[in-house]
Formats: sequence, structure tokens, C-alpha cells
Amino acid sequence: MEQLLITENLEKRYENAGVLGTKREVWALQGVSFSIGPRSTLALVGESGSGKSTLAFCIACLERPTSGRIVFDGNEITALNEKQLRDMRPQIQLVFQDPARSLNPRFSALEIVCEPLLVQGRFTKQEREKRARALLAQVGIPQETALRRPYEFSGGQRQRLAIARALALEPKLLILDEALSALDCSVQAQIANLLLELQSLLGLTYLFITHDFAMAAHLADEIAVMECGRIVELSATERVLRAPEQEITRRLIAATPGLSAAKLVQEAV
Amino acid sequence: MRYFLRRLMEAAFLLIGVSILTFLFSTLAPGNYFDEMRLNPQISSETVAALRAQYQLDRPLPVRYVRWVSSLLHGEMGFSFAYNSPVAPLLWVRARNTLLLTLTATFIAWALALPLGVWSAATLHRLPDRSLSWATAALLAIPDLVLALGLLILAVRSGWFPTGGMVSLGSERLTPLQQTRDIALHMELPVVALVLSLLPTLVRHVRGAVADVLHTPFLRAAASHGIPRHTLLYRYALRAAANPLISLFGFSVGALLSGSLLVEVVMSWPGLGPLLLEAILARDLYTVIGGVLCSTIFLIGGNFLADVLLYWADPRIRTAASAQ
Amino acid sequence: MSRRFAWPNMDGRTGTGLLPPTMTPLLQVQDLHVTYTSSAGRVSLALAGLSFDVHRGETLGVLGESGSGKSTLAVALLRLLPENAEVQKGAVLFEGLDLLQAELRTLERIRGRRIALIFQEPSLALHPTIRIGDQIGDVLAAHESLTEGSLRQKTLQLLAEVSCADPARIADSYPHQVSGGQQQRVLIAQAIACGPSLIVADEPTASLDPTTQQEILSLFRKLRRKFNLSLILITHNPALLAGLADRLLVLYGGRAAESGPTERVLASPQHPYTRALLQSMPRQLNGITRRRQSRLPIIPGEAPNLEVLANGCRFETRCAERMELCSKREPAAESVSEGHTVACFKYGG
Repeated sequence: MEQLLITENLEKRYENAGVLGTKREVWALQGVSFSIGPRSTLALVGESGSGKSTLAFCIACLERPTSGRIVFDGNEITALNEKQLRDMRPQIQLVFQDPARSLNPRFSALEIVCEPLLVQGRFTKQEREKRARALLAQVGIPQETALRRPYEFSGGQRQRLAIARALALEPKLLILDEALSALDCSVQAQIANLLLELQSLLGLTYLFITHDFAMAAHLADEIAVMECGRIVELSATERVLRAPEQEITRRLIAATPGLSAAKLVQEAV
Repeated sequence: MRYFLRRLMEAAFLLIGVSILTFLFSTLAPGNYFDEMRLNPQISSETVAALRAQYQLDRPLPVRYVRWVSSLLHGEMGFSFAYNSPVAPLLWVRARNTLLLTLTATFIAWALALPLGVWSAATLHRLPDRSLSWATAALLAIPDLVLALGLLILAVRSGWFPTGGMVSLGSERLTPLQQTRDIALHMELPVVALVLSLLPTLVRHVRGAVADVLHTPFLRAAASHGIPRHTLLYRYALRAAANPLISLFGFSVGALLSGSLLVEVVMSWPGLGPLLLEAILARDLYTVIGGVLCSTIFLIGGNFLADVLLYWADPRIRTAASAQ
Repeated sequence: MSRRFAWPNMDGRTGTGLLPPTMTPLLQVQDLHVTYTSSAGRVSLALAGLSFDVHRGETLGVLGESGSGKSTLAVALLRLLPENAEVQKGAVLFEGLDLLQAELRTLERIRGRRIALIFQEPSLALHPTIRIGDQIGDVLAAHESLTEGSLRQKTLQLLAEVSCADPARIADSYPHQVSGGQQQRVLIAQAIACGPSLIVADEPTASLDPTTQQEILSLFRKLRRKFNLSLILITHNPALLAGLADRLLVLYGGRAAESGPTERVLASPQHPYTRALLQSMPRQLNGITRRRQSRLPIIPGEAPNLEVLANGCRFETRCAERMELCSKREPAAESVSEGHTVACFKYGG
């Protein structure tokens, strides 16, 4: 089966100019290679500073990798120029962690979802609104609230709104960068169910970035563990949980309550 | 360090640009010093032409600019026709007087504005804040000119204050201590006028900046530690509200010259203001350019000072600057 | 040479055992009602008659999601509510003294010294332009008179106590120069600085990595053992409280839905909300795993709108087990077993 997304040896280097002209190099990504099949979910797990978000931005074409290739749906996007990239971008969409900061507080919910359609310039106003309302219904936002501003919604609803906006351009790949981390536990379950439904309905592929191993284990077909800009382990979910190979993986599993319940009892001193 | 070198370079470019523009506008403005003379039938046109040639007013523009810049580098700023003396010494004396007045007024205004603004913010929407808001609104509404004239009238009627000038007649014969006292006495009214015109804006900005900060999590966290109220207000709140206030301070220093012009003229304080005014009216070219340049230096100096203070006061700026 | 902190409430004990229940609780919250008034004049009831006790040396876990009133509770205890909030009714008794009625002077002496609060979001709870060492020093200086030298020494001791690597460097740094985990440790250092008997921590691990989370939780265990602290840990994640809290208090809509020994409540939750909440987690705390990518059993609907004053149970509209009675009256707390109470009509009330 043709993989939807393939990365080969991705590297991303940042340069910080130190005092007195000395330059400091930071390698955010080193030799990252993996692939995601269509309609599947890959979870990217790691601690802060491991390079997860940098990887997300590179794949979403918001940053250019220093070297390496990214092949999406058969097209090598690292070789595209700015104009060609612009046509490519709608197919890969991002959902961020903090909906309060990624949604324009002055727009209504309807306007937020209409905005990507407006930028594309293909639809009339009525068509845009119709599509937007359909999307809002799909993510479970009641029609009566379509004209409200983001601050009038709850955290879970705001995240649904962010997902609706991401779906407006009918992407093939959705990158969820810690999209559930800021939500309450019961709301996380609601959004997780929504993501699963949308995946089977629309045939979406997910790159699920998180430091919550439990949710990753629940949602993902495969898990990739990142440390210091590299992918140190990549296997099917069950295999990673049953027989983790790397120390970092074991540590992350141990640190997630519920994944190793036995450990929990011992700690209760 | 790089941060400041860059700022200095930007400042130098700004100065050059302003000098060119000022030169351009002043010379392109119709008329020159000798036009008045031409109207006088007793002075022949040859004399006028000769005078013009003597002061090189008939040379092409770029040449005059270059000569002016080169003389600037020697520390001279051209020649004043009206005062019949080099411009530079004139300017320094007047600038010194202006600085004396405005720096004193700025210092006093801020020293009053900070506690008043903090008090206002701490009692937001309650009686002390509301009465202060009324007072500042009233002060803002009164034009500076009316304020200055009003004070002058007070001085004349009551006889408590000198009615103008910087020194009394015959002050050269006094001891240095008495001279200082004399100047201070003459400064009282202009300083009061300046402070009253500056105060409302400052108080409002301090109030706004501190009120914004009073609801932040870190202030509530500090309160939860039992830190006493006055420490909370002055050490925690004011420091967090410092950034916009420091920028404001830089602006106010930069606007020193224009702010004090009115007061200096009304109260006959021998500062840059009256000099500039007379020079413009008399078409005294080089004095005008010199005065404008002075005020630009104040402006740039003020902004630079604000940058330095911000850098010193806010560690986040230091971190960002060193990362550039 | 290290200095021992003076802990005024020690009673000469060094153990961590719970006091026999006959002794007066350290903190007694009685029928607390708190309202918020929005700028548009709408009133919402954030806490609607909350009552609970905390005994010496005990760790109470307060489990609540958004809209449960948990953060209101944290600030209400020390009277740090914002301007538009008001305590309508109730009492907060700390060692017998009602904090809600006490004079401001007395309260300031208790804040930070006898009861310490650890706010959410460590990056926001620290002053951005004052050095960390000075911020800890300010807490010490507010309650004790110490020389410069001993302030510094005590600050470094505190940072070492909360397992900060390189205390001197951290003390001289500004908050934005240290990591999230270290910022959290600094908040904890500020909390223990003057030897409080009670620490209230609001979501102490919310924005942290899982390994750092575990480190912070272990730090809490170590500190409460060492200083015989009473803790109130407020969080929305039940997994954090297992193995750490002695008792659990489940909040919903500003009221106590259920309260009891942690293991009992987690193993056999009685209130429909608690049960539904625990079931919605992808990995169950009792080790039962679900089929991967199965739909999780969710609680339908949204958190309650606190502006609407409901006559009946707050959870009624989302409850899978609701009855006629539930929309008519509020259920009272009924005991279902030793120390375990539930506010639900299924058990009486």
C-alpha cells in the first residue's frame, strides 16, 4: 500500500547568534525517517524539547527542513517552490494545543470556519456558509451557537471548532499537536471519539503528537518515540507497550499512570 | 552590546537624515534673512547682494550643506545673522537653560505621578480614584497657555514670585550660593506650569499600567504568600508595569523641547524655545537648523535612554537581545 | 551547617500517621457559597454549599473539571477572590478561626505562613522581572525578620529541599530562564518556606511532561512526610490522585458529588458522575484495558452553566441514571460506607 507521508532523513538546524558574534547551532531534528499509511494514525510521543513540534511544522510546510525529503501523496514537497507549496498546504492541516490562542477572538465560530474557504476563493458567500455550517454540525457544535465568539465556548467546544476549521479544506493529513493536552479528562474522551468518527467517515490520516502515552496507546496504530530530535523507537502500538526497547520509552510508560498499574500501588507509601 | 551599537548607528542615520531635511526645508522656504533689508529703500540692492555673497547664501544647495556639515565637524554650527555671532555657543547656553528647567519638571512630575497613579489603580473606581480622574481631566482640559498665563497673573498680583527671566538684575554680584537660590526662585513658576501640564497624562498612564497588572496571577500568588500590601504595589505591581512607563519616559524626554517652548516664551525663560521662535520669524537660517538639530538630539537621546532603561529593567529583553 | 526550620505545628511528632478522627480537623469548610457577577450583571453560583474537612497530616484530593468550582475553592480559602466574586454564605475554620471573618492583618499572617497556596501555571505565577531567589526571599521576609545573609542561605536550602539542581544558579535566574518543572519546584519552595501546616496545590502538574509530573508528585510525598504537611491537591485527572491522596472529594457544579477514601472511590465509585468520569479514561486505573480505537464511554453534554440556578441535582441533565426526583430537589450527602458519602438520590438523600 502506498504510504501517504514519507520522510527521509529530515534534519532541522537552528542558529542562535550568541554574544560577540559566536554562533550556536541547535539541531532540532536529526535523521528523522518514518512513514504513515493512509487512513491510519501515528502517535509521536516525547518530552518537551524532543523536537515533536518542529517535526509537525516541517511536515505542515510551515518550516523548511535543513535537509532531507518529505514525500506526501507521491509529491516531494521539499522540492516544491513557494507557489506550488501553496497548493499543497490545504492537504495537510494543523490543530494546536491551545484553542484559545489559535482562534481569532474577534471572529464568530462561523467566520472562523469560513475563513479558509474565503482564502481559497473558490466559493460564493452562500456556498461558504453552507459548507461551514455543515462542518460545525459534523464536529458537534450546535447551529444556534454558530455566531458566538470563541470565548463564549467551553474548552472542548473550542477544540471542536479548531478541528472544523482544519477540515474546511478537506485535508488528507491532520496533524494534532498536543490537541487534547489542555482539556479536562472527560472532554478528552469526547474529542477522541470525535477524531475516531471523523477518521472513519472522511478517511483521514492522523499524526498525533502528545506526551500522554495513554491516549496515544488508545488512538494510534503505531507509536514513534522521539528523544533529542531523533526517533529512537517506532513500532506497532501493542509491541511498544508490551516490549519497549528503549530506556526513554520504558520511562515514559512508567510515568503514565494506568499503563502500569502495578507500579502505582508500590508508590503509595 | 551589539544591541546598543545597532541602536547608536540607527540614531546616527536618523540625525543625518533630519539634518538634510531641515536644511532642505529651511532653505527651500521662500525668503531669507536679507529680504527685510531689501524692503528698506535706503539699503542698495548691491549691498544686499554683497551681504548675501558674504554669507554664501547664493551658493547652490548641496555645496552649502557640505560646508555646513564640515563646519559642524569642527564644532561650529554656522553663523547667526540675527545675533551676529556663531550659532553653537548661543545654542549651548540656551539648551542648558532649557534642560535645567525641563529635567527638573520631568523629575518632579514623575515623582508625583507614580504614587498618585499607583494609589488610583489600587482604589480603582472608588472615591480616591474617581476624584483623581476628575482632577486630571480638568487639568488636561485647560490649555497650557491659559495655565502659564494664569500663573503669571498670580505672580504679578501676589508679588510672591519673580515674573519672568532666569536671574534677577545684578545677580553677577551675588555669591554662588545666592545665585543658585536666585535661579531656583525664578524656576518655581515655570516648573509648576510644566509639571501641571505633564502630570495628568503621566498619572493616567501609570494608573492604566498598574491597573492592568493588579489582576495578574503572579500578583495574586504574591498576595497569597502574605506579602504586605505596599510591597505588592510598589515592588511587584510597579515593576511589572514598568515597560510601558519606561517607554513613556523616553518619549517625554524626547518631547522636552517642544513641551517647554510655550512656557519658556510666556515666562521669558531664556531657553531654546524663545530662541527658535525668534530665529524662525527672522529667517535666521543656521540658528533654526541648529535648534531643530538640538531637539532631534533630545528625541533620539530620549529614545535611546528608554532603550537602555528597558534593557536594564526587563531581563526578558536582555535574553531576547542576546539571542539575536 | 544546616539550619532546621521551625515548624510551629509539629506537636513533637515526626510520623506521617493520620490522627485519630476524634481530634479537631485542621481545616473545616462549612456550607461555602461563592458567586461571581459578570460585567453584564449576570450572577453565577460557583460554589453552592460545599462542606468538607481536612485533618492534620492528611492529603485530600479534590477532583474537579472545568466549571466544578475547584479553582474558586482554592482562592476562596484565603480570601483571594477577585473583585467580582463574593462569599454569600459559609465558614472556613482553620484551627478554629474563621478565615472568612478574620481581620486582614490576621489573614496576612496566615497566608504563606500557616496556609500556602500553589497556583496553576507556574510560568504565570512568578513575577517576570524579579529574580527567583528574591521572590523566595520576599516570602521569607514577609513573615520572619532575617538578615540578608540568612535570607540567601535559607533560599538556597529551600531550593535544595525541592530537588533543584544547582540552587545558586536558579536563585540568580529569572523565571523565563528556567524550565517548567523547575518553575513548579520554585512555587513549591515558596510554599514550604515558612513552614505551613496546610498546602493547597491547584493543578500542580498540569503543563508538565509525564516524567516531570512524577518527579513533582514524589516531591510532594517526600515533603509531606518530612514536614508532616496536610495537603489539598486539586486536579481534573484522577490518575494523579491514586497513590497520593488519602481521601478524595469529587466536585461537580460547585457541590460535592462524592467523598471518601481514595482507593474506595476509585475502585467502586458510587456517584454516576464519578463512575462516568473514571470510565471515560482510555486506560483504566484498575488496569482494565479497552480495545484500541474503540469509542470511549463519554459523559454527554457540556459542563453545567453556573448562571442558571438549578433546583435539582446539577448533574441531572447529563446523568445516565436520572430519575424524576433529580430535577426537583438537590440530593443531600448520604453515607454509603465508613467515611464514604455520596450526594445522589439513588442512595437516599
